[in-house]
Amino acid sequence: MFKRAEDDGRRALTIHVEGQAISAREGDTVSAALLASGLDVRRDTAVSGAKRLPYCMMGVCFDCLVTIDGVGNRQGCLVPVAEGMQIEIQKGKREIGK
Amino acid sequence: MSAAPKHEQYDVVVIGAGPAGLAATTATARAGLSTLLLDENAGPGGQVWRAIGATPVKNEALLGADYWSGAEIARAARDSGAEIIHRATVWSLDRNLELGVSVGGGSAFIKAKRVIIATGAQERPFPIPGWTLPGVMTAGAAQTMLKSSGLVPDGPTVLAGQGPLLWLLAAQILRLGGRIDRVLDTTPRANYLAALPHAFAFMTSLYFVKGLAMMREVRAKVKVTTGVTELAAAGTDRLESVSYVTAGGRRERLPVELLLLHHGVVPNVNLAMAAGVEHRWNELQLCWTPVLDADGNSSIPGITIAGDGAGIGGAQAALWRGRIAAERAIKALRPTAKVSDLSPQLKRAERGRTFLDVLFRPAKQFRIPDGDTIVCRCEEITAKDVLDSVAIGATGPNQLKAYRRTGMGPCQGRLCGLTVTELMAEARGKSPQEIGYYRLRAPVKPIMLSELASLPKSDEATKAVVRG
Amino acid sequence: MTINTDAIIVGGGIHGCSTALHLCLAGLKPVLIEKDYAGRHASGVNAGGVRQLARDVAEIPLSIRSMGIWESIAALVDDDCGFESHGQVLVAENAAELAACRERVADLNARGFSHEELIDSAELRRLVPAVAESCPGGIVSRRDGAAQPARTTTAFRRKAEQLGAIIREGVTASNIRKEDRLWRVDVGDDTYAAPILVNAAGAWGGRIAAGLGEPVPVTTVAPMLMITSPVPHFIDPVVILRGRKLSFKQFKNGTVLIGGGHLAAPDQDRNETVLDWRSLAISARTVFELFPVMRSATIMRAWAGIEARMQDDIPVFGPSAVHEGLFHQFGFSLHGFQLGPGAGAVMAELIVHGGTQTRIGELSIERFRNASPSATA
Repeated sequence: MFKRAEDDGRRALTIHVEGQAISAREGDTVSAALLASGLDVRRDTAVSGAKRLPYCMMGVCFDCLVTIDGVGNRQGCLVPVAEGMQIEIQKGKREIGK
Repeated sequence: MSAAPKHEQYDVVVIGAGPAGLAATTATARAGLSTLLLDENAGPGGQVWRAIGATPVKNEALLGADYWSGAEIARAARDSGAEIIHRATVWSLDRNLELGVSVGGGSAFIKAKRVIIATGAQERPFPIPGWTLPGVMTAGAAQTMLKSSGLVPDGPTVLAGQGPLLWLLAAQILRLGGRIDRVLDTTPRANYLAALPHAFAFMTSLYFVKGLAMMREVRAKVKVTTGVTELAAAGTDRLESVSYVTAGGRRERLPVELLLLHHGVVPNVNLAMAAGVEHRWNELQLCWTPVLDADGNSSIPGITIAGDGAGIGGAQAALWRGRIAAERAIKALRPTAKVSDLSPQLKRAERGRTFLDVLFRPAKQFRIPDGDTIVCRCEEITAKDVLDSVAIGATGPNQLKAYRRTGMGPCQGRLCGLTVTELMAEARGKSPQEIGYYRLRAPVKPIMLSELASLPKSDEATKAVVRG
Repeated sequence: MTINTDAIIVGGGIHGCSTALHLCLAGLKPVLIEKDYAGRHASGVNAGGVRQLARDVAEIPLSIRSMGIWESIAALVDDDCGFESHGQVLVAENAAELAACRERVADLNARGFSHEELIDSAELRRLVPAVAESCPGGIVSRRDGAAQPARTTTAFRRKAEQLGAIIREGVTASNIRKEDRLWRVDVGDDTYAAPILVNAAGAWGGRIAAGLGEPVPVTTVAPMLMITSPVPHFIDPVVILRGRKLSFKQFKNGTVLIGGGHLAAPDQDRNETVLDWRSLAISARTVFELFPVMRSATIMRAWAGIEARMQDDIPVFGPSAVHEGLFHQFGFSLHGFQLGPGAGAVMAELIVHGGTQTRIGELSIERFRNASPSATA
């Protein structure tokens, strides 16, 4: 869906999506890195289980909700990636306590 | 960068580091007022100058001179002596000028003598059939990824809608080697005529020449279909096609992976409304705008609103509104300080806006959906659901919550509020002003229980606290 | 224009709407006057607790009467009001609190009430598996539960209107007076006249009573509530604490409501409340300690509804001590929602038959006859 511009000189780092290592760039938000990864990163909504991807990328729509390092319901479009970050795609209501 | 505020009290707290917030911060800090700038993003710039200090797109021609003009504004704020905290979410503001802010996993309460709300704009909801499908995004979303990560579309992509941002985005995507298969222009034909009386002001404005050049640039490379109606996205669990009706009345369908929607921006009102600032329906811009005096003072003493949050005016107007709000704060806190009248500059920056507002006024069919089209993305409520509730007695958006939970999901009405107001107004034969808006309450962004409790997250620390 | 009706009800909360409905069932034609819209304040935005548990003895008969109506609410208003009965549990956090619970249940039993039942730690754990292990027991009221407040109030309003009540919303009842043996109330250009006037004006009820020569010690309060994002189901009953201020309830859609009586600052004339986040932080801390599973839950929204609190925390309910044809039904002091259906039924009996089988004597305004009015009324 998206590709990186060729002259992107930023440092590469690795994050993990459902345990799978993917390459991101320093300064990417979690949502941008997920969309750039080419993986299926659609979440399921808590209400009906419908598939969603980020819509606004500016902190408004909450369709980018994702579990980051064990903490659920984070807005992936507002959180910058960090080396070693563990991402889980949310399926329905997230488990509490994580 | 994500440290908690250093103090519990400030002369001025500015919320939002876009053009208005940066300009206001610079001015109040330079005047010697203790100033705190809180911003939700990782760096300054807001949406228009997104990632101004960090973009991987270094070739200045690609993003354009308007974008790069933000670098100097951001630098001035940084060097002004103000305390600037990014990745800070202001989730509460009340009429006592107390703020609740969450930074780095904890919450802090701070008090201000003056608050300048510069929370800018968001894209207008674009509720067409299928707009919740994965692969349907806002044009602003694509632009954010382009600026902050150098990401551009590479699969079959359609841009649909109207307004300057759509053309700017198209030009930027193309310059960066991205793919656009088609631009579907939804500007209603009748708007050209309606806008004509305002054309002179526009032609002598800052936008005119730039706008025309951009449209030429895009048209040279991409097929553009104008007068598009009945736009719809379709697919199973992901976007597969876009269909529409041409000006000639023919229905066409394009296979597509990404659809980028845009029909203008509207003020981001949640924080101001939750604080209790009076808003009114703006019939020209078709959105809620705060009731302000010429200096941006709201109905709540001490709260001023600057930038697009005060009514859409664009980045240049936002800069001047930010400076005017700052002057107002300086005058209030340092009565002997000399302040200048910046209203002529603001007026110049606002020139041509009416033309844009009228020309790009979105058609009713793209604002007021029907049938199974989703209105509330969070609770997955359709236009028909809303109308059914009206039929059994829901009279306004707040009553509707009890029937359908609209606006009660995490986005707190940001993507359904305008639609619900207009839909209910039309169904009940009332004006949007009479129908009203959701009563918004803090937290304006969800916060973690642990953040609110201001308690440590580790198990050891937790046990210690519970025992103590 | 003067419009004659059988009764004028001021206030469109659950109480006014319930009384309107029950008067219609008794064959009367009332008018209900609401300055905002039905359920705008406390009745629409409270925690929805349907609770007999932990009530003042003086209001237990009314509460029990109401419970019977709740259990067949759909038959009354054509809507189940989201009522679910999974019991309400009062949690004792330590031995001293458990001892107080034991005393309370014994006292109720001696008075002939059996709805509250003492439970040990094993039964507490069975009912509320997620509660912190240190809690030694508590009290359960098994028929209790919760409903959706706005939906309930709206359902009562709708049914009352269907049965012939006149509902006037968005207009203030003004110039309340008695002339020629009839109560008269101005509403815009209209005047309603009736032999019966019911003051069900909630937070505004004290002002009306005082205006009619019956001042009572009442303050305006705004209890705060918070709600979380949906989480998987982990709790059935409503939980309240004996010691600290907390109530806790999970809805069918997974959201968790946190309340308990911390107060916002009400601004009655602006129809507004200013939330006190430092107090809400205390609620968050209590949840954090008592329900470890909730520690990283997300708070979606917080709010407060404006209502009246009597000095002695029980409502003013029944005939006026001064005027014939005037009835009071306000001051429910943060726990009026469950009482609404029953109070409307009893009020209709008082109005139509001049009396009721339900024991309500201790709720009479008579008890304040010589009291000095509160400054904040």
